[in-house]
Amino acid sequence: MRHTSARGWAVRSAALLAATVLAAPLAGCGSEDSSSTAAPSSAAAEPVRIEDPWVKAADKGMTAAFGTLVNDSETDVTVTSAATAISPVELHQMAMKDGKMVMQVKPGGLLVKARSSHKLEPGGDHLMLMALKGPVAAGEQLSFTLTLADGKTVAFSAVAKPFTGAGEDYVPGHGESPAPSASAKPSATAKP
Amino acid sequence: MTEGSSDGATSGGSYRAAVSRRSLLTGGAVAAGGVLVGGAATAADSSGAGLSSPGATLIASSVEPFHGPRQAGVGTEAQAHAAFVALTLRPGVGRVELGRMLRLLSDDAARLTQGRPALADTEPELGQLPARLTVTFGFGPGLYRAAGLEARRPTSVADLPSFPIDRLQPRWSGGDLLLQVCADDPITVAHTQRVMIKDSRPFATVRWVQQGFRRAAGAEPGRTQRNLFGQLDGTANPVGAPLDTAVWTPDGPDWLRDSTTLVLRRISMNLETWDLLGRPERELAVGRRLDTGAPLTGAAEHDAPDFKATGPEGLTVIPDFSHITRAHVTDDRLRILRRPYNYDGTPTAQGNADSGLIFASYQADIARQFVPIQQRLAQKDLLNEWTTPIGSAVFAIPPGCPPGGWIGQQLLG
Repeated sequence: MRHTSARGWAVRSAALLAATVLAAPLAGCGSEDSSSTAAPSSAAAEPVRIEDPWVKAADKGMTAAFGTLVNDSETDVTVTSAATAISPVELHQMAMKDGKMVMQVKPGGLLVKARSSHKLEPGGDHLMLMALKGPVAAGEQLSFTLTLADGKTVAFSAVAKPFTGAGEDYVPGHGESPAPSASAKPSATAKP
Repeated sequence: MTEGSSDGATSGGSYRAAVSRRSLLTGGAVAAGGVLVGGAATAADSSGAGLSSPGATLIASSVEPFHGPRQAGVGTEAQAHAAFVALTLRPGVGRVELGRMLRLLSDDAARLTQGRPALADTEPELGQLPARLTVTFGFGPGLYRAAGLEARRPTSVADLPSFPIDRLQPRWSGGDLLLQVCADDPITVAHTQRVMIKDSRPFATVRWVQQGFRRAAGAEPGRTQRNLFGQLDGTANPVGAPLDTAVWTPDGPDWLRDSTTLVLRRISMNLETWDLLGRPERELAVGRRLDTGAPLTGAAEHDAPDFKATGPEGLTVIPDFSHITRAHVTDDRLRILRRPYNYDGTPTAQGNADSGLIFASYQADIARQFVPIQQRLAQKDLLNEWTTPIGSAVFAIPPGCPPGGWIGQQLLG
């Protein structure tokens, strides 16, 4: 799992080429994205991939996963569902409702247009883990599977990060700090 | 300016070549992101977006390697700013938890040192100018205890003997895990410190933080640093092969090979009593000239001191009580690498300074190298009149890690 991933470099090297520097020797350096653990060998074959995936560490209740969905192909891709062993997952978006941002199920799934990327981030679209069966400890790796509209699946692994933001992802009364011990908890979960 | 670091020079040719390319490429990546650097500056100049100070952007975009057999931040030419962060592991944190913690922290360091924001970075704009950032991990004796790996603790990584000159304060002493953060830009240091403390919080509390500085990057290239007594500090440092011999453990199991040790001492320097000395007295206390750093028997900084030379009264020119006489060693296996930073706290209402040195000493074996020197200094070094150790901590600096790996994997994995 801790192999060198060539994928992170694909996008970066595009920027590098634009900067007119030699990109060829880069492959040997590899990327240190220990968190991007999907198999690099199948990168070209997958209709969509996720860069820099992470999940907010949490003791219990709900949490969320984030990253950047990248579609290198010539056709649009729609993620229709996501799954992980530790919790049911819903595809969520943030929307303005009655003057405040609330999360809700993303109708029609997550669309990643051809040759573009789609960010899953705190305050925006995200994969919502609805009911944790156990703690997601900081530094732990969680395996996810995305299912696409055409039935194909994409697997990835996300590292759990201590993160006090993304409080808006939680329905009122369910806010939880990610710190695993009481004394580690920052004073309050951030709320918008 | 980053490529002259002795760290790279000692890490093997092929690795160094990869690093050079990576530095170049990362610089290019930053340029593509909107900041002009290096070779990109020429094109930008002709387009009218030229830089008034190209040197400044080179400093900001310069990159030190993170991955490699040895950790960066030891042989690396010292950056202008440093934060030494000592953590205390929470109860219940053992080998497994340490593995998770160090994977997170290694990933943060791998990204930030290369000018990329950390994963889940809440201020990604602050992660884009690496300014030769290095993050060096140190393992205190408590880490080996927590991991149940007491048998793998390097023998000399243990509490130092107490020295009669010590006035150690708990608030500057000890620590289970050290994060040594160095960069040529203070915002880069502050952001890195913040990111890494946030990722440490589930596993550890902050024991102490010591922040220090040297001259601005590029102010005196290649020059030995000056401390706040005005002395050149580190003239006798080993370089090249002698540095390797003095600092790095050449063999042994994989958790020891290419490791070193760090003694971090906080040394209060009494600028008030130092002010009472005339210039000749100040020079006799050290055995060197203040302007050039030359030994009192020489003309240039790196002239070898002649401890036998006598003056008109028949006394040695360099006094027996001088700092360089007491600290002098010739065998490379007995030398230390000092990489100190100055600190300058808030003066009292009466204007008395709170200044000193964060004295960082690297050596393969603390007992063989650091302790004998410190014992000689404690017995008779005139500088003791004006300096007081107020903090002390020891750490193993474990080997580095390859891309995809993490610091501590050889020990804990």
